[in-house]
Amino acid sequence: MEAKKIGCYICTGCGIGEALNVAALEKIATKEQKLPVTRTHPFLCGAEGLQMIRDDMANEGVNALLIAACSHRVKTDEFERFNTPLLDRVDLRDKSLWVQDISSGNKEAKEDLQMMASDYLRMGSVKLKKMNAPDPFQDDGFSRDVLVVGGGIAGLTAAKEVAATGYRAILVEKSAELGGMVGRMHKVSPTMPPYRVLEENPVPGLVATVEGESRIKIYKNATIQSTKGAPGLFDVEIKNGDTVHTERVGSIILTTGYNLYEASKLDARLGYGSSPDVVTSLEFEEMAKAGQLVRKSDGKPAKRVMFSLCAGQRDANHLEYCSAACCTYSLKQALYVLEQFQDGAAFMLFQEMRTPGQMEEFYRRVQEEGGVIIKGDVEQVSKGASGGLSVQIHDKLLRGKESVDVDLLVLATGMISTVDTQDPNKPSPVGQVAEETAKSVLNLEYRQGRSMPELKWGFPDSHFICFPYETRRTGIYAAGPARRPMGIAETVTDATGAALKAIQVVEAVAKGAAVHPRSGDLSYPSFRREGCTQCKRCTEECPFGAINEDEKGNPLFNPTRCRRCGTCMGACPQKIISFANYSVDMIGSMIKEVEVPPADDEKPRILVFACVNDAIPALDMVGQKRSALSTYIRIVPLRCMGSMNLVWIADAMSSGFDGILLMGCRHGDDYQCHNVRGSALAEIRLSKVSETLNRLQLESSRVKMVEVNIMDADQLPTIINEFAEQIGSMDLNPYKEF
Amino acid sequence: MAYDLSFAQDVYKNSEMGHWIKMCKQCGVCAGSCPLGPHWEYSPRQLFQLVRGGKKEEVLKSQSMWMCTSCYNCIVRCPRGLPITHIVHGLARYASVKGYADPNQVTNRFATKIFWTNIVSTGRVGEAMLTMRLYFVDGLAAGIQRGLEMKDSALGMLMTKRLNPIPFRGKIKGYAGFAAMIAKAQELEAKREAGA
Amino acid sequence: MKEYTFFPGCSSEKSASAANMEHSVQAMCKILGIQLNEIDDWNCCSASIGYAGGGQLPRLAMSARNFALAQQQRGTTDLVATCAACWLAMRETAERIEHEPEVRADINVALKEANLSYEGGIKTRHLVEVLIEDIGWEALKAKVKKPLSGLKAAGYVGCQTNRPFGIAGESYENPLYLDKMIEATGATAVNYPKKVACCGGALMFTEVEKSCALVRDLLQCAVDNGAEVIVTPCPVCQLNVEVYQGKINQLFGTNFNIPVIYYSQLFVLSWGGSWEDAALHQQVVSAEVLRRFA
Repeated sequence: MEAKKIGCYICTGCGIGEALNVAALEKIATKEQKLPVTRTHPFLCGAEGLQMIRDDMANEGVNALLIAACSHRVKTDEFERFNTPLLDRVDLRDKSLWVQDISSGNKEAKEDLQMMASDYLRMGSVKLKKMNAPDPFQDDGFSRDVLVVGGGIAGLTAAKEVAATGYRAILVEKSAELGGMVGRMHKVSPTMPPYRVLEENPVPGLVATVEGESRIKIYKNATIQSTKGAPGLFDVEIKNGDTVHTERVGSIILTTGYNLYEASKLDARLGYGSSPDVVTSLEFEEMAKAGQLVRKSDGKPAKRVMFSLCAGQRDANHLEYCSAACCTYSLKQALYVLEQFQDGAAFMLFQEMRTPGQMEEFYRRVQEEGGVIIKGDVEQVSKGASGGLSVQIHDKLLRGKESVDVDLLVLATGMISTVDTQDPNKPSPVGQVAEETAKSVLNLEYRQGRSMPELKWGFPDSHFICFPYETRRTGIYAAGPARRPMGIAETVTDATGAALKAIQVVEAVAKGAAVHPRSGDLSYPSFRREGCTQCKRCTEECPFGAINEDEKGNPLFNPTRCRRCGTCMGACPQKIISFANYSVDMIGSMIKEVEVPPADDEKPRILVFACVNDAIPALDMVGQKRSALSTYIRIVPLRCMGSMNLVWIADAMSSGFDGILLMGCRHGDDYQCHNVRGSALAEIRLSKVSETLNRLQLESSRVKMVEVNIMDADQLPTIINEFAEQIGSMDLNPYKEF
Repeated sequence: MAYDLSFAQDVYKNSEMGHWIKMCKQCGVCAGSCPLGPHWEYSPRQLFQLVRGGKKEEVLKSQSMWMCTSCYNCIVRCPRGLPITHIVHGLARYASVKGYADPNQVTNRFATKIFWTNIVSTGRVGEAMLTMRLYFVDGLAAGIQRGLEMKDSALGMLMTKRLNPIPFRGKIKGYAGFAAMIAKAQELEAKREAGA
Repeated sequence: MKEYTFFPGCSSEKSASAANMEHSVQAMCKILGIQLNEIDDWNCCSASIGYAGGGQLPRLAMSARNFALAQQQRGTTDLVATCAACWLAMRETAERIEHEPEVRADINVALKEANLSYEGGIKTRHLVEVLIEDIGWEALKAKVKKPLSGLKAAGYVGCQTNRPFGIAGESYENPLYLDKMIEATGATAVNYPKKVACCGGALMFTEVEKSCALVRDLLQCAVDNGAEVIVTPCPVCQLNVEVYQGKINQLFGTNFNIPVIYYSQLFVLSWGGSWEDAALHQQVVSAEVLRRFA
């Protein structure tokens, strides 16, 4: 590889040139940092400025760019399209000039800003010096095929969409026929405008399409015995009777759907089992499909039907959650009754009627047809005077107990995930879940366990706000009720989206690039084997289960599973894990490059580690609002708080920093960390930092971690400035003198 | 047994705007929007559920409908677009016509006897007569008592020429046609209300 | 000269409760060059309480007769009302005649008894809408001769001018036109949260204490927010809020004595009309606080 030649380009536009002594900055670049090419331009992001850089790359051999202008989050179209992976942006504007009030013309304020800009230039320079071009991971065996597990409406849709895009799908269905739960239904609730009429079951048509599609290979009566490998390289053993087929696929979509909560477990008050006229929604659906809307007890027509919409749901003793689809499902069944019988009556006992999306229109239709909603619950079911049932209800609006004679009581039981999941915070090594192997859908051969990490209530969802369909296993997407409870229309959308994600990952893998959140990043972690103590922290902490272990306990990286968050790097006590463009040494060198003023100057320095996903955008917004931040701070963006290595705390303290503020994402149940556990792990690591500080004989209050949301721009000045004030009121770090 | 739908079906068909009752989704915005809300025995949504639940006596003998000030707040806020004010007026009328409403319920008595008689007997409101009839509806003594309580106001109205000292007013010119029109409308109304 | 067919309503008759509104409306229209042609031999609109005695058809027939007379006498000229309840009853009747063929047919069967018929076609408007749309804010402001500077007025829109139809273009929860009218006279519109609260309406007759409690809350809110005068477009509101202050003071031990006037009175006064033109001598609670502008 050719030698690195860094060009430093300082923009003097947007007021930078007026506020800063640019000549002094140039001097730092050339004399102090010894960068071979340094230029300034009054409008660097303009055509002329950009051409100047391109000319240097063509004529001067510049192949690494240090662009000192605005935040790395703006002008990306202009500054990130040069043909080099070696680039760093020094922010002289958004997080420097715009957060420093120099309007008074105060000399000291201008000096402080100059020091800040100088430090950022030094940090950027050393960062670029430590940066290497990533060598993208490649393998001859990459597959672009997509495995779809589960042949219900979600799986059929996903397979169809994968094939329609020109890729091959392998569809595995455990039963003898495709179609799944929806395939058993009489009709389906509306999926298209005007959202008022029942639609014919779409599944038979979908099955025919999928079975007739040459790009889809179907295994029926089949289960997955094991899933090895990583995106692009998954080797899946499909067991079909006594035969085991091995397929290599690039990505996996989980569309195994749901199981219904067992009606026999419901409270006795609901009467299931006490009379044949108490049935589940699914049983009622099958009766409707068979054209048998009758009392099972005596075969008389079932003209008065009561539906209990939350049977064993949103109930601490049964399912705590709402299954989202049962209200709509019950409304649909009410319409079966009202459409079939002129004198029919349908009663819907609800807690809260939940008809997401356009289903409100359908709800309206059922009420227009005479469906009666009742806010209340079943208290007791007994035999009716003229056959059928007498249902005693607690009616919250009629204020008390009421008896209602009906022909049938239909219980809308909830959805349970069919995907085996495990607590992501307590990964269980392969050996320990052997007994559960038989129940696992994918039987992952991952160091962190065979099952999918759970978000809540047994569902394998991940970061629902930013990344739908996502699970915490790269390249494995969940769609439909396998991911979380949902109805048909949403399932179809979900399966389509997951198909696109599955295609996206195989294409990213082929380029050796990361998928979200660091889309396109070509780096991946490597480690220095001789330094490894087999402590296993990296393999345990990786939020995505990307790292396996060899028999000695050394990490085995699976680059295509990796999201490049750097959590392994942050975890490693030996500091031997690094990326070509991100390393412990790089950040440590940046810290050391900051010029800490001597104690006599009484200018404290505070290091701010800020997550690029939320805290950095929030800080940029502080700049856009021109809110003033303390002049003491020096911001270091991190990929994720998970990559924060404790050695940096020690480095900073021994370099004379007076305080350290860490800005990570919210963690806990409602986490917002893009890498799921990064900020949580950073917090755990920090709990041990007081040891380090005590060793240095420093107060532990010098280090503080805060949760910052992208919307927190209004709070940040207070958070930062109060911390700065607190640090300012303490004695300066005595290590400045060393 | 609750939820025998025959009463509800009669209301849907024969009470003004009654068919809208089936569309109530029980959010409770009407109850929270009513100026006299705390004085309703059953809030509008509860009334609607009672109708659906077949609780004929509870609905029709309730004082609730007579608490409507016709402020129309419920109408404009109902997310389902139910014309709640009109539905409630319809239920009041239904209760009154079917003989369930207490004839001495003050608003029922005022609205059906005093006010309506007042306007159809001349074609226009005679405010002085209306007030007098209202005051003396429970007899002379009670009337004098009420009149005394409001004497300052009445005197003020008289002094500012906003109350006619002579309670009797003439009929409109086309009264005969007006009366015949009302009689015909009442005849059609009675047929409709009987479910014809 | 702009001409409109006019429906004054029973309370605007001579020696009726809203005689002060009628008087000031006429004065206001004269200044604006508006001619209101009263429907000859109109009848009561049936008011908001008419539903119980009248049911649907007799109630709707009453407004239909007024429409039929208006059409006979003035063709399809816009019909203007000043009373909230009249305007509402006519709007409702017009809507049902337009959208419900059965109602339209039955109404005509009844109208035939009076040798009349009506199939729709007349637009019913509130006088406020005429001022805003046909005269315009700039013209209203231009008329001001004695700006009511320093006067703090609480605009009380009330219910029926605001719901269910409302003045065109206004919101139900926070209509602004009345505040704009107050500001147009040079006075200051008091910001208070009860401008669309209910005064009890017709229930002031029968549920006196409950209705008085509503008015008390309204008065308290207006006074607490600095109002010297309450301004309303509605004769029911005006009556209940003004005339019952004595009763309220008696019931609740309060001491309210705040004038309640119509927007038309405010305009006439600020446009240089006399105390009598503005019918301010016809207030039960004295409007002396306005004397400084007369």
